[in-house]
Amino acid sequence: MRMRSVHEHSAAGEHELARDPLPPGHAHQEYALRVHDLWAGYPGQLPTIEAIDFHVPAGEIVGLVGPNGAGKSTLFKSILGLIEPIRGEVHAFGKPVHEARADIAYMPQLEEVDWDFPVSVTDVVLMGRYRGIRPFGRWSAADHEAAAEAIERVALTALARRQAGELSGGQRRRVLVARAIARGARLLLLDEPFAGLDAAVQHDLLEILDGLAHEGRSILLATHDLSCVASCSDDVVCLNRRVIADGSPADVLTQEVLSRTFDRHLLTLGPLASAAHGALIFDEHGE
Amino acid sequence: MTGVLDWLFDPYSFEFMRRALAVLLIVSVVGGVVGTYVVHKGLAFSGDALAHSTLAGVAIAFVNGANVSLGALVAAVATAIGIGWTQRRGRVSYDTAIGIMFVAMFSLGILVISRRTSYTPDLFSFVFGNILGVSDADLLGSAILGAGTLLFVLGFRRELTMVSYDPAMAATVGVPIRFFQYALLVLIAVAVVVALKAIGIVLVNAMLIVPAATASLLARRIQRIMLVAVGLAAVSSIVGLHLSFHANVATSPAIVLVACALFAVTLIATSRRRAVVIKAGTFMVAPKD
Repeated sequence: MRMRSVHEHSAAGEHELARDPLPPGHAHQEYALRVHDLWAGYPGQLPTIEAIDFHVPAGEIVGLVGPNGAGKSTLFKSILGLIEPIRGEVHAFGKPVHEARADIAYMPQLEEVDWDFPVSVTDVVLMGRYRGIRPFGRWSAADHEAAAEAIERVALTALARRQAGELSGGQRRRVLVARAIARGARLLLLDEPFAGLDAAVQHDLLEILDGLAHEGRSILLATHDLSCVASCSDDVVCLNRRVIADGSPADVLTQEVLSRTFDRHLLTLGPLASAAHGALIFDEHGE
Repeated sequence: MTGVLDWLFDPYSFEFMRRALAVLLIVSVVGGVVGTYVVHKGLAFSGDALAHSTLAGVAIAFVNGANVSLGALVAAVATAIGIGWTQRRGRVSYDTAIGIMFVAMFSLGILVISRRTSYTPDLFSFVFGNILGVSDADLLGSAILGAGTLLFVLGFRRELTMVSYDPAMAATVGVPIRFFQYALLVLIAVAVVVALKAIGIVLVNAMLIVPAATASLLARRIQRIMLVAVGLAAVSSIVGLHLSFHANVATSPAIVLVACALFAVTLIATSRRRAVVIKAGTFMVAPKD
C-alpha cells in the first residue's frame, strides 16, 4: 500500500475559477486516471461537483466516499464522458478519457440494469466485449472465450446459461464484475459494488477486486460502505461536491474528515483509521 | 380424412384467402419479433397508442386521396418520435404523456372523418380490420416493411439488447443509446402499420403483445422467445383464419381470441414455473443521476 500525505481541501475560499489549466501532455502514464480541476453538472443548474482533483495510481484500488447527492454519480458520468464537463480535464493512461474508452470498464448500480430483460449470464458478460457498432456483428470465438474466463473468475460457471434475472443480488453483482473483467480494461469504475450485500458476499467480492488489482488493474469504486473502503482500498477520496480529503484510509477516515464529508454527526466504533472497522452514521433525525 | 383436408385446404382455392394467409404470416413474423421487445420493455401501452394514432394519418390520407397506408406510417412514426421525446424530457409522467398523444391523434382522425357526410367503408376496414380486402399492393407493402424491420433487428440485435438491458453501460462502450431507443419505438410503429389493414387499429396491438407474452412463459432467452412468439402468432393466425372462413365470423377478432386462448392455457400450464413480466414503462427514462 502506498502511503501519501493527506491534503485536505479547505471548504472556504476555493470558489475562484481562475486556476492554472493543466498544460497539454502533462498527464502521467503511471496514473490510470487523473482528474484535474473538474467542474460538472447539469444544464441550467449550479455545478454538482466543483474543482475535483485526484488520481488513481496504476494497480491501486481507490474508494470514493460521500453521502447521497455528493456528486459521485456525476463524477463517474463525467469520467465516462457521458456528460460534458463545464471545465477541467480527465485523462486515463495519459490520454484524454474519450480516447481511452476501450481501456475503461464501467459497472453501474444494480438498479440501472433491467434484470427482467431475458438474457443469460453469458449474454451479459459478452456485452463487455462490445467494440463499437457493426451491423450483423457477431461475438467471436475469442469473445466467448474471454467471457467464459471472466465467468470462471467470479465463480459463476455453473450458472452461465441461467437467465441473469434469476440470480441473487450477490450473484448479479458478480455477473456485472465479470462483464467488466471480460472487457479486458485496465481501469474499472464500480458504482456502489457493495450495496445490499451481506458480509460474506462482500468478502468474496473484495477478494475478486483484490485479485484484479494485483494483476495491475486499477479500480475506482464509489461506495457508502466505510468498512469495505477501509479494508480494501489503497486510497480514499472523500467527496461532498468537492474533494474534502484524499489519502490513505488511515489518514483520511477520521471522525473529523468524515463528519465534514457527510455533513452529519458521525459515531465511529473505535478509531476507524487504525481499526478499519465499521462506522455508524447518525443523521439529524437520529435514526 | 378428406373432410379434414378439405377443411384445411378448401379455403385456399380462393385467391383472397391465399393473400390473407400470406399477409398474416408476415404479420406473425414481425409481430413476434418486435412484440418480444414490447412485452419485455413494458411498451404495451405505447403500442396501443401508436396503433390508434394511425387513424389520423389514415383519415387525412383518405380524404386527400393519398395512399392510406403511407398516411398511417407517417402518423405512427411521428407519434413514435413524439413518445420518445416526451419520455426523455417530459414534465408529466410517461404514461400520461402517451395517453394524451394517443387521444389527440385519434380525435384528429375522427374529426377529419366526421367532415365527410357519406359512409366510408374503406376507413372502417382500417379500424376493425379487413383481411379479405388486402390487395396485392398491400401485401407488397407489408412484405417490404416487414423485411426492413427484420433486417434492422437482425443487424443490430446486440445493440438493441444492450440498450434494453443496461443503457448506462451501453453508452459507455459506444452504443448510440438514444438512436436505438428511438429506433425501437419506430420499429413498433412500422410493425403496427404492417398489420394494420389485416387486423385493424383496435386489435393490432394484440399481435404484438399476446404471442410474445405467451412465448415469454415458455422460453427464457430473447432469441428463443422471438422464435416461439412467431410460431404462436402463425398458429393463431391460421386457426383464426379458418374459424372465420368456416364459421363466417370476422377474422381479426377470431385470430386474437385464439392467441389469447393460447396465452391462457400456457399461463395455467406453467403457473408453477414463473410469472410473466409485463412491466410499467421505464424504457426511455434516462439513466438516473
